[in-house]
Amino acid sequence: MGKVLLEMKHISKSFGAVRALKDVSIDLHEGEVLALMGENGAGKSTLMNILSGSLLPQEGEIYVEGQKVSVTDPVTAKKHGIAKIHQELQVVPELNVAENIFLGRWFKKKLPVVDFESMITETQKYLDMLELDVKPTQKVKDLRIGEQQLVEIAKALSLDARILVMDEPTSAISEKEAEKLFTIIRRLRSEGRGIIYITHRMEEIFKIADRLTVMRDGAYIGTVNASETDTDEIIRMMVGRDVSEQYPKDPTEKGDVAFEVKDLTYTPAPGSFRRSLKNISLKVHHGEVLGIAGLAGAGRTEFFECVAGVHAREVTGEIYIEGKPVSIRKPGDAIRAGISFATEDRKGSGLVLQRSIGENISLPLLRQFSKYFVMDLKNEGRAWEEQIEALKVKAPGSRTLASALSGGNQQKVILARWLLTKPKLLLLDEPTRGIDVGAKAEIYQLINNLAKAGMAIIVVSSELPEVIGISDRIVTFCEGELTGEFLQAEATQEKLLHSATK
Amino acid sequence: MREKKKMDLGSLRELLLIGVVIILCIIWTIMNPQFISMNNVTNILRQGSYTAIAAVGMTMVIIIGEIDLSAGSLICASGLVGAMVCKSTNNVVLAVSAALLVGVVVGGSNGVLCAVGKLPGFIATLASMTVLRGLAYIITGGNSVVWTNEAFTKIGTGYVGIVPIPVIIMLVVIIFGVFLTSKLRFGRYIYAVGGNMEASRWSGIAVVKVKIIVYMIMGVLTSIAGLIVVTRLGSGQPSAGQNFEMDCITAAVVGGTSMSGGRGKIIGTVVGVLLLTVLTNGMTLVGINTYWQQVFKGIIIVVSVLADTHTKKN
Ligand SMILES: Nc1ncnc2c1ncn2[C@@H]1O[C@H](COP(=O)(O)OP(=O)(O)OP(=O)(O)O)[C@@H](O)[C@H]1O
Ligand SMILES: [Mg+2]
Repeated sequence: MGKVLLEMKHISKSFGAVRALKDVSIDLHEGEVLALMGENGAGKSTLMNILSGSLLPQEGEIYVEGQKVSVTDPVTAKKHGIAKIHQELQVVPELNVAENIFLGRWFKKKLPVVDFESMITETQKYLDMLELDVKPTQKVKDLRIGEQQLVEIAKALSLDARILVMDEPTSAISEKEAEKLFTIIRRLRSEGRGIIYITHRMEEIFKIADRLTVMRDGAYIGTVNASETDTDEIIRMMVGRDVSEQYPKDPTEKGDVAFEVKDLTYTPAPGSFRRSLKNISLKVHHGEVLGIAGLAGAGRTEFFECVAGVHAREVTGEIYIEGKPVSIRKPGDAIRAGISFATEDRKGSGLVLQRSIGENISLPLLRQFSKYFVMDLKNEGRAWEEQIEALKVKAPGSRTLASALSGGNQQKVILARWLLTKPKLLLLDEPTRGIDVGAKAEIYQLINNLAKAGMAIIVVSSELPEVIGISDRIVTFCEGELTGEFLQAEATQEKLLHSATK
Repeated sequence: MREKKKMDLGSLRELLLIGVVIILCIIWTIMNPQFISMNNVTNILRQGSYTAIAAVGMTMVIIIGEIDLSAGSLICASGLVGAMVCKSTNNVVLAVSAALLVGVVVGGSNGVLCAVGKLPGFIATLASMTVLRGLAYIITGGNSVVWTNEAFTKIGTGYVGIVPIPVIIMLVVIIFGVFLTSKLRFGRYIYAVGGNMEASRWSGIAVVKVKIIVYMIMGVLTSIAGLIVVTRLGSGQPSAGQNFEMDCITAAVVGGTSMSGGRGKIIGTVVGVLLLTVLTNGMTLVGINTYWQQVFKGIIIVVSVLADTHTKKN
């Protein structure tokens, strides 16, 4: 093991009454990847925000190469060679890719003129490294989330840091893209840099981590070598009990057709980063879970958006709910028809961050929770509590601001919202994005129970084992077209991949 | 228990501002005992009334993430229309309705330009600000408009008991604003749209409608303020209401409304108006000239917003 690069000692941090970190200490060596593990809300991001200077601890010290340092802000952190990929994307949407990557360090030709050309060439180098197919001059707001995440990764790499923190860097990208990231991480490791890696995807740990540090409820639990442990032990350390990684799939009774779409075609406005869809037709029965597999950019999210009425003007095709044709001109029409769409994009189309968890949960149902024009706060409050309880959202109360939640808990709030609408058809886009193992199992159970109760569900997930595990039937998308259909029993990862890359 | 603590923190800012107002009052009273006289207190309330009325609307506009620069021109235009209708028909109801109608139309078109035409509110209302001011001069030929109806004049100058009528109107508007933003469904829409328009749209909220209605409310409230101003002055002036929109915006910002939308409270704005009015009135009373008054107002804006961002970080 190389010499000690970084030590964080006895770090404590509270947000008001919430004790997010209690006397946590970690260390990182040269040339190692340290995985930081823990449930949603365990305090991982908070600890890393302290390291990168975005938050100040109430207690504790940081040592870089044995020297005590005080990291008061992100600029100081950079000076000490610390760079970080944030869990919540920090890109500036109106700037282009090159400008984002070199934000705050734009190349100067001769003061004060910016040297855009060499910035663009330099950017292209990083984009090639990640095999990311976007132009350095494209505005970041025109990229899909996965691409934005890769830009964020490129930005951190370009900082040439000795200590690199990655907070769930792969939550929105595909396995293929993740593999490229791992190759880069291995190279950085061999150069003697230290990497702290946070993820909820267990299989990733064994691919790249050397050691693991586990946290629970803001406290340090322990550190183990990756070669001397297994998934079960890590989960036990994280959750404090055993969690089965099995998919709880009960045979459900397939009912009548709940939802049918015929010849859905979507032509995005010119210049949009969204992918077009061609003649998608499919059916989902009551009590059935349909999985959609495909690579990033296959049009899966677009399909959901079209069904949910987000792009009504650019969409043609017919939609039937329980055999009756419905006309969906705007999102409200879809909700009324019984179609609910839980987005993966928490910050963008998901949450109103500066409002409370509760208000976020009842957002689509304000009409139901009001009499005439006045809100029925009592009724509404009861529904809030029930949903928070049902999804085990970890927060002091329903009035906590959504922005104060950990990433995984924010995702749960979005699920809570759309479950409350009691839809006939539930569209779930990456429902376990950023969600810890224990909670994942709970969400699988929830999906299973909803299907048993007769709901029709369509799930998009980039994790193939997950799609196969929870779906009765799986269709594959490739470049905006439906390319294959499999029953659960016959689906394998190879078959799905093959069908999704036609 | 914890939730209660949270609520207290939320109103901490307002309490702090009220503290500042009280301290200011004490200072002014020491420097000039006239300040606390019945006469001057009524004066302060009356001065603050029309700003408060329009600022309630402005707060809602800012919460949805937009701005209204046309308030000053609209206060003038609506007042002029009221005055002209009163002059020619001598009918107060007609005059008031006409003025309010102007507010609805201007607010509505601001809203349509912004929500349907996808213009930034800043640009849309900048345009209507200029257009309205121009029209005011064209229609009046640059002259003032006078009327004879006593009842119309009462709107700005009358009393119920010892309370000036504008103050009563202001109280009604404040109660309306507080109720709307905290209890009505529409209040939720405002905060949601301002906080995250995409998420609101995807949740089935008619974002366009919400924006238009908010601008209409702003328009109506501004015309009410316009009626008060014109009847207090006693004549319609095409130059009235210059920079009035800035007073409203200042009050909202000092009161804690975030210019990036999604955050703000009517009560905060009301305290903001109170603070600014007390400041101006007191400074005038102790003989500080208007140029210095502007400097102090500017400092107040910076200090209050700085204090806000600072407390948020910790
Ligand atoms: N700004 C804040 N205000 C109040 N509480 C906060 C704030 N930020 C984080 N917290 C709380 O601190 C705790 C730790 O949050 P943190 O984001 O570090 O979790 P995490 O381990 O990164 O979880 P996840 O895996 O879901 O991302 C949570 O209980 C969270 O609600
Ligand atoms: Mg986190």
